[in-house]
Amino acid sequence: MLQSDARQHGIQRRTGIVKQFVGMRPGTKLFLLSAPFLLLVFIFSYLPLYGWIYAFFEYRAGLKIFETKFIGFKYFLSLVNNPVTASEIVRVLRNTFVMSFLGILTSWMPVAFAIFLSEMRSKKIRGIIQTLSTLPNFISWILVYSVVWSMFSVGDGFLNRLLLTLNLVDTEINFLASTEHVWLTMLGYQIWKGLGWSAIMYLAAITSIDQEQYEAATVDGAGRFRCIWHITVPGLMPTYFVLLLLSIANFINNGMEQYFVFQNPMNKAFIEVLDLYVYNKGMIGNNIPYATVVSMLKSIVSIVLLFTANKMSKSVRGESIL
Amino acid sequence: MKKRRNPSETMFQLLNYAVFALFTLACVFPFYYIFINTISDNHLVKTGKILLLPSGIQFSNYLQVFQLRGLGNAAFISVARTVLGTLFTLVGSCFLGYTLSKGEMWQRKFWYRFVIITMYFNAGLIPWYVTMKNLGLTNNFWAYVLPGIVSPFFLILFKTYVESIPASLEESAQLDGAGYMVRFVRIVLPLATPIIATIAVFASVGQWNSFLDTVFLMRQSKFFTLQYVLYQYLNEVNAVAATLRNSPTAQHLDPSKLLSPASIRMTISMVVVLPILFVYPFFQRFFVKGIMIGAVKG
Repeated sequence: MLQSDARQHGIQRRTGIVKQFVGMRPGTKLFLLSAPFLLLVFIFSYLPLYGWIYAFFEYRAGLKIFETKFIGFKYFLSLVNNPVTASEIVRVLRNTFVMSFLGILTSWMPVAFAIFLSEMRSKKIRGIIQTLSTLPNFISWILVYSVVWSMFSVGDGFLNRLLLTLNLVDTEINFLASTEHVWLTMLGYQIWKGLGWSAIMYLAAITSIDQEQYEAATVDGAGRFRCIWHITVPGLMPTYFVLLLLSIANFINNGMEQYFVFQNPMNKAFIEVLDLYVYNKGMIGNNIPYATVVSMLKSIVSIVLLFTANKMSKSVRGESIL
Repeated sequence: MKKRRNPSETMFQLLNYAVFALFTLACVFPFYYIFINTISDNHLVKTGKILLLPSGIQFSNYLQVFQLRGLGNAAFISVARTVLGTLFTLVGSCFLGYTLSKGEMWQRKFWYRFVIITMYFNAGLIPWYVTMKNLGLTNNFWAYVLPGIVSPFFLILFKTYVESIPASLEESAQLDGAGYMVRFVRIVLPLATPIIATIAVFASVGQWNSFLDTVFLMRQSKFFTLQYVLYQYLNEVNAVAATLRNSPTAQHLDPSKLLSPASIRMTISMVVVLPILFVYPFFQRFFVKGIMIGAVKG
């Protein structure tokens, strides 16, 4: 008896809640339905902001924050006052800027790739090239490392085997141990991995250019390169501009996966970018306050860059990228 | 449109084909090279005889690497995170993308920005790590799945797609008394299958390739993924080869089947890359579609 009473009561209460829910304004209803997911965003993306207080305490892993000593801006000041950290920061910033700058400098390559690919006559071959050249984008940097190793290493690398077989060299060349041109090598791997993929967006933009423009230009006697220069390139500029702004917004976020995988004691001076530096200091070196200071400053600079890029986009294109 | 054929045109086409052929070859050949080295006679591999064609074909490398301790478990973790991670991110990102596409949502613009800005801005590695640790998400399988449930990029893809569906379809269901959940499941999802497929492909490749989260969060080897194990083996491959050589099963193997450090590296690389190589040709068009929709907005 009691049980069924309770059950009935439960049902009534539940239908009460449902009724309340049904009667709500649609906006509130939608918000309540979304709330669990918004909460997840808050937990994983906003809650960590609380951790910025570690920058002001002599915090060590495993301690409670109130057990540690308040040190104020000590680690902020050490960035400029301490000659060792100052020189480290200069070196890391140099690597970060060089890698991002090289990325922007080569940002025309996907455009050229797309333009010349679309000039190809055979549609079938175009499709095959597009499919195969995007493949490296879908493997992880670890596999890229493995690929690089099996191409260039001593003993098992393809290139050395080829050179030996063709009798072009007597002893194998240790390409991978070279500490020269680290930046260019890293850039080369990035291009190998990403060129075909980045071109897809431009290929799509090319197909949306009005074909009549080309016909009219050809009638007027314009050759292939004039058509490309005066019709295709201007047609791709809006897309290029958006992507350029995004890479400016991400100027100091060049990620760390690639650099983490390829770093070794020999190339560390050139390969350590900001993200990797934070990892090496904070998680390997266990200097949590200092690493927090660096990542905090990095976050602030990157949000400023983002809003600058957004403003540029608004004033030039009348559209925001956010 | 037919173009005139003249010598300079032919030259241009030839040169164009040649350049693209070279680049495409550079993209594909390494995988081929690794593959032929894993199925060839290991003695020939070791002496550097395998260059362009396989020789003495055998598949024992693949059987042998799966005897490596941890590799089977790592494969299981990789598959599990790929399946669960993809399912969860589909539910979260699509549903939130749907509710954020509704003009009547309370403070819609604010919440949309609240989600999107996390693409560009984060608190930094160390604060994030400490938060994950405090949440109990270190050495915990769910750390692979939960943070990815709402992905801003997938949300944008889904929202953009949903906004292109005619509103009248939902309106008629609304008149019949269907609520948001019913409309989402019965009307929006069936119409959105192309973009769902795209997101599923992106998400599963992302999960399969993901690697740094293991580096940051996992210390216990039972949570290691294939990518991480590959990374470990790439760094300490000589020791692994010695263990395998000295294992009881390997003692009576003939030299053509004996694994060298190089064959171990290459075989594990193949194990990691093969799933992608298999699904890739079928999924390629989804990627293309996805990046084009994504291009509409950032």
